[in-house]
Amino acid sequence: MTEHIPDTVENAAATPEKDQPYHLLGLKPDEYQRIRDILGRRPTSGELAMYSVMWSEHCSYKSSKVHLRQFGQKVSPEMTKHLMVGMGENAGVVDIGEGWAVTFKIESHNHPSYIEPFQGAATGVGGIVRDIISMGARPVAVMDALRFGAIDHPDTNRVINGVVSGISFYGNCLGLPNIGGETWFDPVYQANPLVNALAVGALRHEDLHLANAKGVGNLVVLFGARTGGDGIGGASILASDTFAEGGPTKRPAVQVGDPFAEKVLIECCLELFAGDCVEGIQDLGAAGISCATSELASNGDGGMFVTLDNVLLRDPTLTAEEILMSESQERMMAIVRPEKLDAFLAVTTKWDVEASVLGEVTDTGRLVIEWKGQTIVDVDPRTVAIDGPVYNRPMEYPAWLDALQADSPAKFDRATGGDELKKQFLAILGSPNEADTDWITNQYDYYVMGNTALHTPDGAGMIRIDEESGLGVALATDANGRYCQLDPYLGAQLALVEAYRNVASSGATPMAVSDCLNFGSPENPEVMWQFARAVEGLADGCLELGIPVTGGNVSFYNQTGDVPIHPTPVVAVLGSIDNVARRLPSGWQDDGENLYLLGVTHDELGGSAWAGAVHNHLGGLPPRVDFDSEKNVAGLLSAAALEGLVTSATDLGTGGFLRAVTDGVLRFGVGARVWIDEIMDRDGVDSTAALFSETQARVLVSVAREDDVKFRGLCDGRNVPVLRVGVTDSTSGVLEVQGLFDIPVAELARVHRGTLPAHFGPVVGG
Amino acid sequence: MATVIVDVMPKEVLLDPAGKATARALQRFGDGEITDVRIGKRFELTIDGEVTPKLLEHIGEIAKDVLSNEVIEDVVSIRVAD
Repeated sequence: MTEHIPDTVENAAATPEKDQPYHLLGLKPDEYQRIRDILGRRPTSGELAMYSVMWSEHCSYKSSKVHLRQFGQKVSPEMTKHLMVGMGENAGVVDIGEGWAVTFKIESHNHPSYIEPFQGAATGVGGIVRDIISMGARPVAVMDALRFGAIDHPDTNRVINGVVSGISFYGNCLGLPNIGGETWFDPVYQANPLVNALAVGALRHEDLHLANAKGVGNLVVLFGARTGGDGIGGASILASDTFAEGGPTKRPAVQVGDPFAEKVLIECCLELFAGDCVEGIQDLGAAGISCATSELASNGDGGMFVTLDNVLLRDPTLTAEEILMSESQERMMAIVRPEKLDAFLAVTTKWDVEASVLGEVTDTGRLVIEWKGQTIVDVDPRTVAIDGPVYNRPMEYPAWLDALQADSPAKFDRATGGDELKKQFLAILGSPNEADTDWITNQYDYYVMGNTALHTPDGAGMIRIDEESGLGVALATDANGRYCQLDPYLGAQLALVEAYRNVASSGATPMAVSDCLNFGSPENPEVMWQFARAVEGLADGCLELGIPVTGGNVSFYNQTGDVPIHPTPVVAVLGSIDNVARRLPSGWQDDGENLYLLGVTHDELGGSAWAGAVHNHLGGLPPRVDFDSEKNVAGLLSAAALEGLVTSATDLGTGGFLRAVTDGVLRFGVGARVWIDEIMDRDGVDSTAALFSETQARVLVSVAREDDVKFRGLCDGRNVPVLRVGVTDSTSGVLEVQGLFDIPVAELARVHRGTLPAHFGPVVGG
Repeated sequence: MATVIVDVMPKEVLLDPAGKATARALQRFGDGEITDVRIGKRFELTIDGEVTPKLLEHIGEIAKDVLSNEVIEDVVSIRVAD
């Protein structure tokens, strides 16, 4: 075996003509030239490794940066009032009062989850949880937004089984409740599933930590798992490349996660924070040590000296370049004052976590890395981490879009009687995207830690943060790729208002947004146009609603062959509630309560579940967005929750009115009688629209009889349109749609809960 | 009746959490000379009849496609038991 001879800075200067495989690392010729210009010589192989991973789409946001700026520009003072940390850090931090703050973020792990669904999804959870730890918070819950291919495609079974077991394995081992998320099936995700993992953590204001390396002479410490050959180059090769159809599947080394090591790391980090042992901290994710050292140095005093020989290795044969690029999981990097090192190591030893001092913070403005006594990296860290390439990619209005929007579902004949409406309703209820997801969520532990107030199938998950006061947070994620395909600007706003309404329907007040923007290739001008429109829509929408985007991530190159996925901007909204005891469940429990519909109904069926499930159609325009109405309804729900005036709230989303009624019925198995005549009269719509239209800003609530007058007064006072549309019935065991049809509750349950098990096998605990 | 034994190991470059935990436990018990443990799987396939080269080849395919996950594991040996 010949020993690997590292390429030194001296050697690089002396051999300028050496041929370097930059294209295999994902760098374009002009990007490589730019590195040479920055350094004034050719990069060493170590420097090339660092630049290639850090300048990859995944790490540098080079195609999205020019658009994402809007999230920082379209901001009102109202939006930053509660914001302690905004975009740019590992995760945003929001002040929720009583000295508490929460941090949350959603991130993609799409491509690894197609190659190796179990480990890909598991390490997705692990990665997002480390982002939360690195802010100084204790992780308290996770959620997942998932997209799979057609439910009846044979490969979907492999992917969904792997992804769901991976998430449940990692999350359950960590002891974190999985409180929500959403799942869609569509052939556009067949060879490119989406796995977007969200984590939320809680911290006291004074515990906030940031990722920067300040204080000359402070030590750079790597701790956690050892560094091995996992996922080398994963960041640039995996996340920024497209899976070519036909050819052999790309199967590079993926990462394997160890949730028990991560659990220990959480407790170890929290004790380090409590003991004031840490000045700055960064988790190691994509691009490993390359990313952590260059980002910490860029965000601090600007310089760092690292001896790579001090990295504890799992595999001693790793080369310097491999160590720089390794994506081994469950690692963290901390900046520690020298006099605190003993205390630091005492804590890591207590938790049986290995740690090694790699180097120190300097004020030279250079990141210098040594290996076997020679300098192999000498760069300005900002050129690696911050001032990477920025592209104004060409954009083009999609050639097919006008025809798609013109193909409205208005062409379909409307149902003429109760029997036909019933048939359509059951088709929607059992369709893959409307069906119950117990098959997935029953594999997750949603009660561990004992602070879960709401969880799937409730529209939002809710966690108690303060056990004394009951202060808590609610979270919901949403994205309707069908709407986004019809109109990415409106589609992104619809994802936002849906998540906002889900949070409001739990009784919480929406406060902040994190987004995970999943799109096709940015090199396709039509995809780039979709991306730009979606970001613009989301930024405009957040400004209208007065809630800031605090962070998130962008995932490009999601496509199968040449076909991009539907634009899927997953929006997570976080809200706070003074006392989780005042939460609103998503279903009614008592007999004889009145059901009220908030908001008005228009005939809006473009991109709807009705169009998809009944007519296998996608075309026309998605529903309109009305931010004032959304804010009004949310304000009303928050007031009603505070005064205890409503006993449940279910927002109307896909599937419309009847789908919301079904959620209300099935949550606790209590039937109801509903009527739609008054909706039809007041709003001038037919029965199909009254039952299935997906008009926004509508919520179905149940109100106890004794609170009826007060509740109606509240609606009048806040100018929220309201209609009494039904009564609950705990004795009949039936959902009656007056004058149209009856369905036994048991049959509703059978249809709604039968679809996933029919394809994937029995429900755990079901 | 013959038995064919298939051994599957986690890929060398990848972390083996169970193996790592076992190694740490052994070291805690005082077995300092054991520096690493890797845990794999052994399959014993009972064959009705003779093991032909063709059958072994077929078992090779099964081992790769079904018994192991080639993304994270390697089939390290296939042999007929004595």
